[in-house]
Parts: sequence; structure tokens; C-alpha cells
Amino acid sequence: MSYQKPKFRHPDLAVNELGFTKADYEGSLSTLCAGCGHDSISGSIIRACHELSIPPHKIAKLSGIGCSSKSPAYFLGKSHGFNSVHGRMPSVVTGAAMANRDLLYLGISGDGDTASIGMGQFAHVVRRNLNMVYIVMNNGCYGLTKGQDSATADEGSVSKKGDPNLFAGIDLAGLALQLGATFVARSFSGDKEQLIPLIKAAMTHRGFAIIDVISPCVTFNNNPESTKSYEFFRDHAEATGTVDFVPMREEIKTRYPAGSTHEVTMHDGSVIRLHKTSQHLDPFNRVSAMRVLDEHRIKGDILTGLIYLDKNSQELHDVMQTSQRPLNELSEDDLCPGNRLLKNINAALR
Amino acid sequence: MKPTDIKNPEYFHKVVDCQYACPAHTPVPEYIRLIAAERYTDAYMVNWQSNVFPGILGRTCDRPCEPACRRVRVEEEPVAICRLKRVAADNKGDITAFLPKIPAKKNGKRIALIGAGPASLTVARDLAPLGYSIDIYDNQFAGGGMMRSQIPSFRLPAGVLNEEVELILDMGLTVTFDTEVESLKEILDKDYDAVFVGTGAPRGRGLDLPGLKEAGDQVHLGIDWLASVAFEHTDAISKKVLVLGGGNTAMDCCRTSRRMGGEDVRVVVRSPFEDMKASPWEKEDAMHEGIPIFDNHVPKEYVVEDGKLIGMKFEKVTAEYDEKGKRSLIPTGEGWVFMEADVVLMAIGQDNAFPWIERDIGVDFGRWDMPKVDKVTFQSTNKKVFFGGDAAFGPENIITAVAHGHQAAVSIDHFCNGKSVDDRPPPFTNLVSQKMGVHEWIYDNAVADDKRYIVPLAPLEETLKDRLVEVELGFDEDTGYKEAERCLNCDVQTVFEEARCIECDACVDICPTDCITFTANGRVGTLREHLSAPAKNLDQDLYVSRILPTKRVMVKDEDVCLHCGLCAERCPTAAWDMQQFMYNVAKAGQEA
Ligand SMILES: Cc1cc2nc3c(=O)[nH]c(=O)nc-3n(C[C@H](O)[C@H](O)[C@H](O)COP(=O)(O)OP(=O)(O)OC[C@H]3O[C@@H](n4cnc5c(N)ncnc54)[C@H](O)[C@@H]3O)c2cc1C
Ligand SMILES: Cc1ncc(C[n+]2csc(CCOP(=O)(O)OP(=O)(O)O)c2C)c(N)n1
Ligand code: SF4
Ligand code: SF4
Ligand code: SF4
Ligand SMILES: [Mg+2]
Repeated sequence: MSYQKPKFRHPDLAVNELGFTKADYEGSLSTLCAGCGHDSISGSIIRACHELSIPPHKIAKLSGIGCSSKSPAYFLGKSHGFNSVHGRMPSVVTGAAMANRDLLYLGISGDGDTASIGMGQFAHVVRRNLNMVYIVMNNGCYGLTKGQDSATADEGSVSKKGDPNLFAGIDLAGLALQLGATFVARSFSGDKEQLIPLIKAAMTHRGFAIIDVISPCVTFNNNPESTKSYEFFRDHAEATGTVDFVPMREEIKTRYPAGSTHEVTMHDGSVIRLHKTSQHLDPFNRVSAMRVLDEHRIKGDILTGLIYLDKNSQELHDVMQTSQRPLNELSEDDLCPGNRLLKNINAALR
Repeated sequence: MKPTDIKNPEYFHKVVDCQYACPAHTPVPEYIRLIAAERYTDAYMVNWQSNVFPGILGRTCDRPCEPACRRVRVEEEPVAICRLKRVAADNKGDITAFLPKIPAKKNGKRIALIGAGPASLTVARDLAPLGYSIDIYDNQFAGGGMMRSQIPSFRLPAGVLNEEVELILDMGLTVTFDTEVESLKEILDKDYDAVFVGTGAPRGRGLDLPGLKEAGDQVHLGIDWLASVAFEHTDAISKKVLVLGGGNTAMDCCRTSRRMGGEDVRVVVRSPFEDMKASPWEKEDAMHEGIPIFDNHVPKEYVVEDGKLIGMKFEKVTAEYDEKGKRSLIPTGEGWVFMEADVVLMAIGQDNAFPWIERDIGVDFGRWDMPKVDKVTFQSTNKKVFFGGDAAFGPENIITAVAHGHQAAVSIDHFCNGKSVDDRPPPFTNLVSQKMGVHEWIYDNAVADDKRYIVPLAPLEETLKDRLVEVELGFDEDTGYKEAERCLNCDVQTVFEEARCIECDACVDICPTDCITFTANGRVGTLREHLSAPAKNLDQDLYVSRILPTKRVMVKDEDVCLHCGLCAERCPTAAWDMQQFMYNVAKAGQEA
């Protein structure tokens, strides 16, 4: 067993605008089971951050508890990190984001961490439209505690233990839509071509962006009868279309026939180009997104890709009209304007 | 692309860069692992089977393996493959028990070897154990050829040379030394079943410029002078020496001069320093001994005053290269440079010479008056006569002579047994999983970051005083171990089994050097551009799987694979496995 990854890298690794290679966004060697979907998602996060040329110190990765929540140790080794309590990552991100709006907040959670113990916190962070990327590494089980069915396990799905799950699964994308999420996507750990552009788009979205990533647990929930297995997923996935992420600085060259392709200019000037394959879905209409999602669920299919995007998202800082300068940069003078001002305020309230 | 045929032995052979580049295809990583395990005798024997002269080559080999070493592509400096060979030789135990037995009863076939250099000795080593009666002829007083007459003792001590040469001469050969063979016809008339010509390229090239005649015995052919030093006909040289030429012979001439009384020894070469033929380490060694190298100086004239050579004149040039990289030397117009000299050694090249081979005995000669020799079988147009080493296609080096010797021995064995010489025996190969437990390997898969270790040298004052003192001290066992750990075990192959793969991407994510990609299949050029990292090194192959369930293929670029085994450790289904690939060139009499 290797406990170390060799330091040598490919001599022709692409260098981003900051002069960094992908290797600069790696973390320590994963201790997850070999073949765990979570590791592939880590790989996609590394590539997305590298390709977006985000300075590593401008990212904070936060998580709860679980194999999924452990994975931030395995990417972005030079970024800020906080491994919080089971299901409590959202409140910690909320606090951090309120204090310093200048960082990119990347929340990593599992289906147990989000849909079971963390459900309360999840609901509220969505509702508040906190400016963050929330990735659920969804394997339909509690991997870390040996594979018990989680709240996202589908009814009838059979894990390695052999018993069919008795309860209907929670669809986190559907739930997020209902709770008012402004960016909702679903993807698969084993499909980097789809996942990487989605992560990039989520990272440039201003507001709450959730990606529900189906991520097979090879050890406890990857038998063919499980709806979260590699095999089942590949047989039942249907994509809404493909997403291209075009960074702000790049000229847009290819043109697509109108109707099937939508271009959305993001907050930082980059463009998401969506080539729809599903005729029924209007990804800018919440009701349409909810309906198409449900239709697929009823058919037994898994809808993937970008499902909903609110182009006019107002994130928590906008809504609360907080200071443009991060709170943690405000001096004591800014925060305590003195007796005279306090008197004025009091007077205004009389 | 079509799926890669890993059953073809040449596919994995090529992945073992050093072994592939070695003319004799020595299983390098195998012996390096044995050195790391302190099994020096075994390491020595692995070498001896392939290259016959491990102790000699561990000091003198031209090392074509090292520029090919994978380490160059991922780090900077190759593994010190050559000097590790010496570690095996220096520390080996008694090898007698492992040597082939020479049958008392001969097989009735008689062969003659002309010249006792490495090529002939290799033929003898391969054929004597098969019962051949072997007569060997050489004009020197002992065996070894140019390894004895040319390579100076400060690089190759006589003890090391004698040991490995005698091992072969002791295989019951009939030795005729101090005898010039003056007629091939005479030899053929002795009714040998086959004759091998391994007489090397014994004629030094001179430089006929104005003043040469007048300079008389103050100008020497480099290789003749080196031989006369080696055979102790010469024991001194004057103070001011000019060595003309930029190859390894020039380096040996100048370094020997420094030890024979030369004080102002200079190397003067026509070409730019970078274009010189000498190996980089030979140039370094010369400069380390205080010998300046003057490049871009074209010799023009020997300057003789009062019947005595006093120096030489040179024209300064600059090198210009056309689009095809062809070089021309353009005079700078600065006027000629004069350099003082008491002696000039001409080390500008060697030629073959076969005045002793009659032109009417069926051995045809072609361009440059070279014999027509088959590149694979080493047979000449006279079916009984085989050539090898420098005699076959011009001057090369010891390891090439050995490789020729092995192949010529196979041909001679076929020829003497009525088999076709064109029937070449396939190599012996084997592929063995290195799995020891879950994610545990028999081989040491950790990759050492260490930079190449430097071979310690004896103090300059001592080595310059005495030409018999060996300059390099060799690695001690500890350093040898550390250097051995730098080897990436390129023979431990990554073997992919499509049917097991669930396309989880784990191998793609873990690979430190981005070798693995799952992608739509395409033509080789397109594929090379669309991998995780571009596959720009066209000398290295792509390993392509059959179509997988997602309609993609697995493509692995062999170029910078570290053979660290992480893909196989990360693979949940053991679709990747690390398997050691053994490749041994079949020697005479070893055919399955
Ligand atoms: C100065 C110098 C330094 C070198 N250093 C190295 C080095 O460091 N590493 C390396 O790999 N290579 C080196 N080489 C090259 C290497 O020595 C030769 O390539 C190699 O020895 C060739 O082997 P061979 O068996 O073909 O012939 P040779 O070694 O040349 O042996 C041929 C033998 O045949 C004898 N012979 C020739 N004609 C007759 C005849 N008519 N009758 C009887 N005997 C005859 C010769 O005297 C000689 O003994 C060096 C060469 C020179 C000149
Ligand atoms: C407060 C608390 N309750 C229970 C646990 C036990 N526990 C650890 S991980 C886990 C479930 C993790 O499941 P999930 O978030 O899906 O992560 P996975 O391992 O599947 O990636 C549980 C219940 C805990 N660590 N803390
Ligand atoms: S237990 Fe499951 S979720 Fe956890 S590391 Fe192993 S495969 Fe991944
Ligand atoms: S790393 Fe080792 S096996 Fe690979 S080419 Fe170099 S010496 Fe040979
Ligand atoms: S790790 Fe194994 S199963 Fe996964 S993609 Fe690679 S070869 Fe296939
Ligand atoms: Mg889970």
C-alpha cells in the first residue's frame, strides 16, 4: 500500500493564468476505498479550480462528517478548510461567509450529512441563498459507518447488505428547487465531461448552487440492484443537455442554432452555454424544472445536467445589504462609530 | 486506434527503455533490484548472461541506456545504470558455480575466431559450452582487443580486464596470440566449419596537412600511440601536447598524456563543444584534469622550424546550421591562431582495413571497401564467414560488439547444424503478477525523489602521477543502494484487463503523471492531443484497450509512467495489475 504519491508530474501539464499546474490544487493522498466515486469528484474539483485559475488561498472548503466530508483533505491542499460537525456545515459556512464575503465557499457533504442529520440546516441555507457551492457526494448510504441506507436511497434499492429499502428516497435536487435554490444541477462522479463544467458554472454563480452528484460507494452500495451503482446509473441517466463553460476572457466562436442553445452571462462575465437535448425543460423556469425532474423520477430515470438557473439571483449579502467590505476587514472605528452617532440613532428611534 | 497487442513481446520490451536501448538488451531493472537486495552475485550473473563483461562495461560502457532512461523524462538525470553494473561486479562473490559447463566431449564442429576483442570473445562464450572446438587468433600478446590496447588503465584496470577475458579463454579455447593473420584463405584452408572475423577497426586516420612530413615522429596516430603506451613501448611524452579531435579517443589521448609527462596538454577540435563526439562525462573528466578544450579551431598546418615541430596553426570558425540541421563551419576571418607543441596526437577517427582478406574467396566488398555483411545474421557473402564488432560495420563500442557476437553465434550454430541462419529464435518472455496482498507488491513501488549520486574520484594528485591508478572509485554499497532505489522498475508493466473495468476513473485521478485517459477512440494523432496530458513523445507508444461499456477506450501514454502501481492500488476491481515482464534475448543453443 502506498502512503505517498510520487512528486513527479507530467512535464507538459497545462499551466493556468496564475502559473499553477493542476498539481498545485491537489491535496493529500486519499484514504477512501479504491474506486470510491468521491475521489473522482475530488478530481473534478481539482480540475475545475485549476481551469478557473482561482488562487487556492481564495477558496474555503467546509464539510460535515462522512467519507464524503473527509474528501476535502484530498483536494485543494493550499486552501482554507474546516471539517465541522455532522450535518452542521451549512451554519459554519453561513458564519464564515458573513464575516468574509471575499472567499469562494465550497461545501462538501454526503447524503447522510445533508438529507438525514443535516436536513434542517440544509433547508435554511438554501432558503437564504447563501453564496456558496454545495456539492453532495450522494451514494445512497452512510459509507463511513458501514453502509446503512440513507435518506436518498430509493425505495426498493438493495445495498450490499441485501434488504430492499422500505422508504421513498429524498430527491435533493427537487427539494432544493422547492426551497428556492438559484442553481440546481445533478451529475455523476464517473462523468467528468459533464461534471467539470457544472462545477465551474456553480463556482461563478452568485447565490446558492447545489450539485447533487451521484457517487457510488464501491464497498457497500455498488451491487447492480442498487440504484446508486455505477451500472444502474449508467443505464438510467438522462442528461438535460450539455453545458459548456466559457471563461470571461475567451472569445465565443461557435454558434449554435437558436432554440436549442442558451447562453447565460454570469456575474463575472463568463458565459455558460447550455445545449438542451430535453425539449420540455426550460432551465430558467422553476416550475418547468420541477415538473421535468418529477417526470423522470416517475419513469425511473435520473435526470442529470443543469436543471435550473435563476439569472436574477440575489444572494444573502445583497438581500441583507451588508457592507461591501468584508466584515473581518472592518476596523474597530468602523464597527464602533462612537457615542455621537449612537445618540443620533437613538434619537431617530424615539 | 486498434487495441494494443500486448502479446507481442516487443510491446512491453519497448516500455523498458534502458533494456530496449541496450544493444545486448540487458535486463537492467532486474539487476538493479538485485543490487538493492544486496544480491551482487546474482546481479552480476544477470549481466554476464547478456553483456559478458559486466566489470569492464561497468567502467567503460558507452551507456546508450542512460539517455534513454525514463528518469530523464520525469526528472533530469538518468539512473546511473552503468556505474551500478560496476557495484555488482565489485561486490560479487564466487561465480564459478554459475558458469556454464564446458563439455569434455566436443560436438565435432571447429570454428576459428580472428581477433580476440569483445566480439570474438562473445562468440566463444556462447559456443564453447555447446561443444564447439574454437581456435582464436590475435596479433596482440593477450586477449581483449582494444579494451586492452586502447582503453587506458586509469579507466579500466588490467585486473578487471584480465578476469573477464580469462573466464572465456579458459573455456577450452585454443589460443594463438602474437600472430598476425595475413590471409583469410589460409584460415579457410584449415577446413573450419565457420570463421568469425572480429578484427575491429584498427587503422587510425591521419591528418595530412602541410608540414606533416617534416614533423616526422613528433606527430602520432592517437590509437597507435595509446597502444604503445598500453604495451609499454612508450613511457613518456614531451611537455607540450596538442590532441586533435573531439571523440573519446581524443579524451583518452589527452588524459594519458597528462600522466606521461605532458604539462600543457590541449584538445583542439573543429566543431563546437556541444557537437563533439566524446561523451559528456569524458569531456568533464578531461577538463577536471586541467585539460582545456579549444573548439571551433580547424587545423591548417604543422609548423616546423629547423627540422623540429614547434606547433600548429588553426583557423577559427563558427558553426552555422541550415534548416535541415546540416552544419557548415564558416571562417571568422580573424586570422590563423598558432599553438605551441612538442607533439601532436591525431585522434580524428578510425577505419577498417582488410588487406589480409583475399578478394577472390567469395567475401564480397562494397562501399568504403567494407565487406557485405547481413545486418541480422552477420553472415558475409561467403556463407562460412561471419563478421561482427567494429569489423562488421565500422567503429562502435564494446556493448555493440557483444550484441553482434551473440547474434553471430546464433547464426554460426544454425549454420553448423544445417539450419537456416534467417530463422531467428524468439526472445524468452514471461509476465508475472507482482501482487502480494491487497495493494501490496513484491517490488518496491515507492518512487525515490533523490537526484543522481556522484561517483567519488581518487585525488587528482595521485591519479595524474600514475597512469595505472583508477580514477573512479565506484559507488560504495550504501550509495549503490540509494542509486538503485532511483530506478523506476520499468519492467513492472501496467497490464489492463478491460472486462474488469467499471470505469470509475480512480486510476485516472490517482496517476501522478496523468498517463491514463478514458475517451472516445480516434486516430493516433487525434488521440495523442486529447489525452489528460498531451502525448508529445512519439517514440513512446499508446496502450489502447478494446471498447468499454461506455463506448470509450482506455488510453495509456507509456511516456512518463512511473510504474508506481498507484493505478492498480486504486482500482477497485484489479482491472490494472502490475506484472513483471521478463525479456531475454535467446542465445545460441538456447532455443525452445
Ligand atoms: C581510444 C579508444 C577508447 C575506447 N574507449 C571505449 C570505451 O570506453 N567504451 C567502449 O564501449 N568502447 C570504447 N572504444 C571502442 C571499443 O574499444 C571497440 O568498439 C571494441 O573494442 C570493438 O571490439 P571488436 O571485438 O570488434 O574489436 P577489437 O576490440 O578492435 O579487437 C580486434 C582485435 O583483433 C586484432 N586484429 C586485428 N587484425 C588482426 C589480424 N589481421 N590478425 C590478428 N589479429 C588482428 C586486434 O589487434 C584486436 O586485438 C574505444 C576505442 C578507442 C580507439
Ligand atoms: C452527530 C453524529 N451522529 C452520527 C455520527 C455517525 N456518522 C458518521 S458518518 C455518518 C453518515 C455519513 O453518511 P454520508 O454523509 O452519506 O457520508 P458517506 O460516508 O456516505 O460519504 C454517521 C451517521 C456522527 N459522526 N456524528
Ligand atoms: S465506504 Fe463507500 S463511501 Fe466510504 S470510501 Fe469506501 S467506497 Fe467510498
Ligand atoms: S528507470 Fe530503471 S528501468 Fe526505467 S529506464 Fe531507467 S534504469 Fe531502466
Ligand atoms: S480504477 Fe479500475 S475500474 Fe476504475 S476506471 Fe480505472 S481501471 Fe477501471
Ligand atoms: Mg453517503
